[in-house]
Amino acid sequence: MDINELKSEWVDKPFDTVSFQIDAHEMVEFAEACGETLPQYTDPDHQDFQAVPSYTSRFHGRRALPEGFPVEMEQSFDGGKCVEWKAPIRAGDTITGQSHLHDVYEKTGRSGGMVFIVHRMEFTNQRDELVSVVDWKMIKKLG
Amino acid sequence: MGEDGSIERYADVEFGDELPELEPDVSMAAVRRFGDATGMTWWRFTDHEKAREHGLPGAIVQGIMSQGILVSLIHRWAPGGTVRKIDTIFRAPILVDSRPVCRGVVTDMDEETKTVEVDLTICNEAGETRVLGTAVVELP
Repeated sequence: MDINELKSEWVDKPFDTVSFQIDAHEMVEFAEACGETLPQYTDPDHQDFQAVPSYTSRFHGRRALPEGFPVEMEQSFDGGKCVEWKAPIRAGDTITGQSHLHDVYEKTGRSGGMVFIVHRMEFTNQRDELVSVVDWKMIKKLG
Repeated sequence: MGEDGSIERYADVEFGDELPELEPDVSMAAVRRFGDATGMTWWRFTDHEKAREHGLPGAIVQGIMSQGILVSLIHRWAPGGTVRKIDTIFRAPILVDSRPVCRGVVTDMDEETKTVEVDLTICNEAGETRVLGTAVVELP
């Protein structure tokens, strides 16, 4: 597997776009189930009611990897998620998430080589404002 | 600093400060509630028996619920803060109906942007780190 070849062929090329309706009840349930206590995240009547900062972690596109990408999703495991909060997400918003591969890199550990694939989803609202960026690391063991 | 260990502003924080520990609710009721809100209701999260049949030690907490729990830990510590970024690694599963502990410690501070970096962990009853992460929090 040539990492540089993978990067030049697949990174930074959008491959999926999906939209989601933001629902107040789901926002509250997500927040309260996580133990959230601040009213701006749990009370729909609060003047600054919004989704918790990690809310977009819940959204997935139709595919985790671009069609034809030489690593299958089933061959990889979850390396974690990073969420960047950019602006509030409000009840009633329509959020659009666009996916691309942000990075592909290799690391060598005690158990051998691993390829890290970073799937990035950029979320914008109905006014085209960037509200959140989620990086999802997928790891595939080599050999 | 408040009696509960919470802070109001950047000036209240010192490098190395520890956030008040949190024992989150990861009962089956809480995990199912989170599952219903997110569509993550698969057996590995909601059914101990079936999870054990498939080789897991029991039903496990959704990774992104763990992430949300860490956000709530930060909000309890800094109610006026904004979590700008949270990066989590799901190193090993947290079991549903267990008693994990969440901790955080301030590892970096930026006076200019009034942001602090917090290292985060969720450990199980045996003290093993199951989830770890880092957050950037902007403070008033």
